[in-house]
Amino acid sequence: MIDWVILAASAVKMLIMIAIVMGIAIILTWVERKQSAVMQDRIGANRADILGLRIIGLFQPFADAIKMITKEDFIPPFSNKFLHTLAPVITFFAVLVVFAVIPLGPPLEIAGRTISMQIADINIGLLFILAFGGLAVYGVVLAGWSSNNKYTLLAAVRGSAQMISYEVCLGLSLIGAIMIYGTLDMTDMVLQQSGYWFGWIPRWGIIMQPLGALLFLPAAIAENKRVPFDLPECESEILGYHMEYSGLRAGMFMFAEFIEIIFIAALFTVIFLGGWQIPYLYWDGFHWPWGGMWYLPFWFVKTLEFLALFGKIAFMIYFMILVRWTLPRFRYDQLMRLGWKYLLPLGVLNLAVTGVVLVIIGRI
Amino acid sequence: MQKKVTNITFNPGFKENIYYPEVFRGLWITNRHFFVNMWRHTLNLFGIRTKVRPAVTYQYPEDPRPAHYRLRGRHRLTEKQNGAMRCTACMLCETICPCDCIHIVPGESPDPHIEKFPEEFTIDLLRCCYCGFCVEACPVDAIRMDVTRTEMAGYTRDIILTKELLLGKVKAHPWENWIAEGVEEKAG
Repeated sequence: MIDWVILAASAVKMLIMIAIVMGIAIILTWVERKQSAVMQDRIGANRADILGLRIIGLFQPFADAIKMITKEDFIPPFSNKFLHTLAPVITFFAVLVVFAVIPLGPPLEIAGRTISMQIADINIGLLFILAFGGLAVYGVVLAGWSSNNKYTLLAAVRGSAQMISYEVCLGLSLIGAIMIYGTLDMTDMVLQQSGYWFGWIPRWGIIMQPLGALLFLPAAIAENKRVPFDLPECESEILGYHMEYSGLRAGMFMFAEFIEIIFIAALFTVIFLGGWQIPYLYWDGFHWPWGGMWYLPFWFVKTLEFLALFGKIAFMIYFMILVRWTLPRFRYDQLMRLGWKYLLPLGVLNLAVTGVVLVIIGRI
Repeated sequence: MQKKVTNITFNPGFKENIYYPEVFRGLWITNRHFFVNMWRHTLNLFGIRTKVRPAVTYQYPEDPRPAHYRLRGRHRLTEKQNGAMRCTACMLCETICPCDCIHIVPGESPDPHIEKFPEEFTIDLLRCCYCGFCVEACPVDAIRMDVTRTEMAGYTRDIILTKELLLGKVKAHPWENWIAEGVEEKAG
C-alpha cells in the first residue's frame, strides 16, 4: 500500500532541495571569485552585464554557463568513451544524492501527519552519507583511467590514495559525535543538541566535541579535493584527473565540487552547529537564561529557524572559501603525514576521551 | 672576497606539524583583509571616505591609472598661433635620435619669413625607445611627448606616424586606437 501523500511530499521536498542546492552552487561560482578578490585587495568579476545592468557582476555565473555550454565537448579518441562519459556523472550523482538526508527543519505536523523535513527519513543517515561519499572515489579513478593519459592516471592514483586516507579520519572524527548522540539519524542528532549546560551554554556538537569538529573539517575538505588538499586537481601545474575533459563535462566536475562545499557546510552545521536551532529560541519565542521572555508568532519562529540553518551554512561556506584562498597546497608526503600520523591518532584520542567521559557520567 | 651566506634552518616542531595554530594565524590575516576591504567598499558605495581605496585595482578603461607628470608618451608636433608648424626642419631631433626612428624631408616654406619646414615628418614608432631626446634637443619646442597618450597598439608591424597623425589632423578613435586607423588609411 503506497502512501500517496508521503510520496507527493517527498517529490516536493526533492524539487525544493535540488532548487536550493543548485541555486546556491550557481551563486557560489561567483561568490568564490568575488570573496577571494576582496581578500586579496582586488575587485573581482564585475563586468558581466545584461543590457548594461551589472549588479556588481552577479550575472557572471550565466556568462560562465554560456561559455561552458558552447565550448567544444571533446572526447579524446584514445579514451574509453563509456567510462569517460560515466565518470562526471558518478561524481555529480555522489555529491547530490547525499543531500537526501540533510534535514532542513524540525518535523512538521500537518493535518495529523508528521512530515519530516528530510527527503529520505532513514535512521542510518550518517552511514548513508559516508557510503555515498566513498562512491566519489570512483569518479576520480574512472576519470583518470579512462582518459588513457599518464598524467591523469597519476592524478587519479594520488586522488584515490588521498580520499581513502582521509575517509578514515572523516569517519573517526564523526564517531565521537555518534557516541554522544547515540543515533545515526540526522534529525534526531539536531534535536539532541537542544539542551543547555548550566542553563545557558547551548549543547551544540562543537562544544561537546571540539576536537571532533577540528578533525572533521580538514578531512572533509580533503574529501572535497579543495586547496590545501587539491593534489588530485591542481589545475595550475601538475595536472589533475580531469585534464582530458572539456566543456560541460569539465563543468560538471567543477560544479560537483561546489555542491560538495555546500554539502560539507550542511553536514557540519547539522552535526556540530546545532542545525536549525537558535540558542534560547523555543516554539513560542526566546526564553532568556537571565529570565524574561520575548514572545514571537509561530510562523516567525519557523522562518527564523530556516534562516538560521542557512546562515550557519553560509558561514561555513565562507570559512571554506577563506581556507581555500589562504593556505598553500600540501606536498604529498605532508598530506599523508598529516592524515595518518596526526589526524588519525588524534581521532582515536578523541574517541577514547569521549568514551571515558561517557562512562564517568554514566551514559553507557 | 667570500660571499656572506646565511643558513636558515627550520625545524618544524609539533606546533608546526599539527598546522592548526599557524593555519588560524593565516586565516585571521586574510579574514581581516576581507572585512576591512568590505567595510571600505561599503563606505565608498555611499560616497564616504572615497580617498581610501578598498582595492589596488584600477578599473582600466573608465578609471585609468594616474600617470606621472613626466611620463613620456606618444609624440606630438606643435603648431604656431597662425596654424603653421613650429618645426623648422633643423634636423636636430633626427640627428640625436639613438634609435634612428625620425625621418624628416625638409622643404622650402611658403612663408617668406621662414626658411624651411618639414615636407615629411615620420616617426617609426616601433623603433622609438621613448628616450625623449628629441624633445630636449628641439630648439623651437616643436615636438612634445604627452603624458596622456600612452595607449598605443596596432595590428601591423609597421606603425609609422605621419605628419598628419603627429599634428593631430587625422581624427583619433575614441579608444585611442588611432595607429591602426592611420595604418589602414595609409594602405588604402
